[in-house]
Amino acid sequence: MATVSVCQYHPGGFSFENCKRNALLEADITKLGFSSPAARKTGTTICGVVYKDGVVLGADTRATEGMVVADKNCSKIHYISPNIYCCGAGTAADTEMTTQIISSNLELHALSTGRLPRVATANRMLKQMLFRYQGYIGAALVLGGVDCAGPHLYSIYPHGSTDKLPYVTMGSGSLAAMAVFEDRYRPNMEEEEAKHLVRDAIAAGIFNDLGSGSNIDLCVITKGKVDYLRPHDVANKKGVREDNIDGRPVTGSYRYKHGTTGVLTKVVIPLNLEVVEESVHTMDTS
Amino acid sequence: MNTRGLRSQLKDSVPVTGLCPQAGPYGVQDSLRRGFSSVKNELLPSHPLELSEKNFQLNQDKMNFNTLRNIQGLHAPLKLQMEYRAARQIQRLPFLPSSNLALDTLRGSDDYIGFEDILNDPVQSEMMGDPHIMTEYKLGVL
Repeated sequence: MATVSVCQYHPGGFSFENCKRNALLEADITKLGFSSPAARKTGTTICGVVYKDGVVLGADTRATEGMVVADKNCSKIHYISPNIYCCGAGTAADTEMTTQIISSNLELHALSTGRLPRVATANRMLKQMLFRYQGYIGAALVLGGVDCAGPHLYSIYPHGSTDKLPYVTMGSGSLAAMAVFEDRYRPNMEEEEAKHLVRDAIAAGIFNDLGSGSNIDLCVITKGKVDYLRPHDVANKKGVREDNIDGRPVTGSYRYKHGTTGVLTKVVIPLNLEVVEESVHTMDTS
Repeated sequence: MNTRGLRSQLKDSVPVTGLCPQAGPYGVQDSLRRGFSSVKNELLPSHPLELSEKNFQLNQDKMNFNTLRNIQGLHAPLKLQMEYRAARQIQRLPFLPSSNLALDTLRGSDDYIGFEDILNDPVQSEMMGDPHIMTEYKLGVL
């Protein structure tokens, strides 16, 4: 193979070198009847609500990989800044990396301006980045926080459009959660009522959508205080195996209890054995 | 950050580099220096984002200069482009990756983290050109 003698430095970022190869491989694999590995998604229910003093964000905790649950207790509420948190639905890696990048950028921005970052700034940064990649970064986000202008809640779609609303839901269970919101939302709720509403909306998503499940995480953001409740509600408890019945371990034990079979007669014949020869072989440990 | 003005879009459109082969001195692909080429690679992008990502920085700069020209007059982008050209000349030896700190500061991307800083960082590239050949190429001796 010829080697390139003059090396051009790539500017960094995404590399599209393998795209053609991947397309060819994909075509070949489907011809054989297999399927290429699926990305881990958070088929999800995430939602947020603005109440009197701040914002309540809620999320379930199941991560799926195709038809299999990859993580029973993953954390979908990501930290952006001390007063801003973001729930992420869609491809798990995309939401993680996007929120981490925006968190770093917001921190640098806050150091540069000397002020607490605003939710609108985070929203603008996220939407510009997602639009740049034309929806190939599969991250659907619910961004909420409290800044100097009060509580704000945004929903951000993978292609870069955003909505600023008092209550939002995203993910595969968004319809179930939105049904609960539409029924019971009212402006200027109290904190307990808002937490209960979000918990019920996520529970609706968990029980009615296959892509959502396990526990309910809540994040309550007010001016100067953040309550990250993980888990707020263990809605789906995994069953506990019966470990001990009457002092005997049950799991995988096929032994019968003493006295299961009644003893009718007993004959004992002692075998007298003599030691004829005794020899010791040393082990070769060299 | 992005500074966009709607009126700047109406200005004459600027040509953007595509996937055309890096032409050598005779107008053809320089196989000795850049390796083998394939027609398919040059004609069609392998991913819809490939072209837009390749030219992203270029397009951003052009948009910003256009807006600046509309707001402050022609002198502003001219002066800035002169400074960019000067900053672009500050490089390490040809075979070493340079940090482009002056250029980043001028652009305002010295306090901005994007995918280009995390993925495929050129500082951590596993390939390096032969120092002698790269220097000769740079000096035009090769």
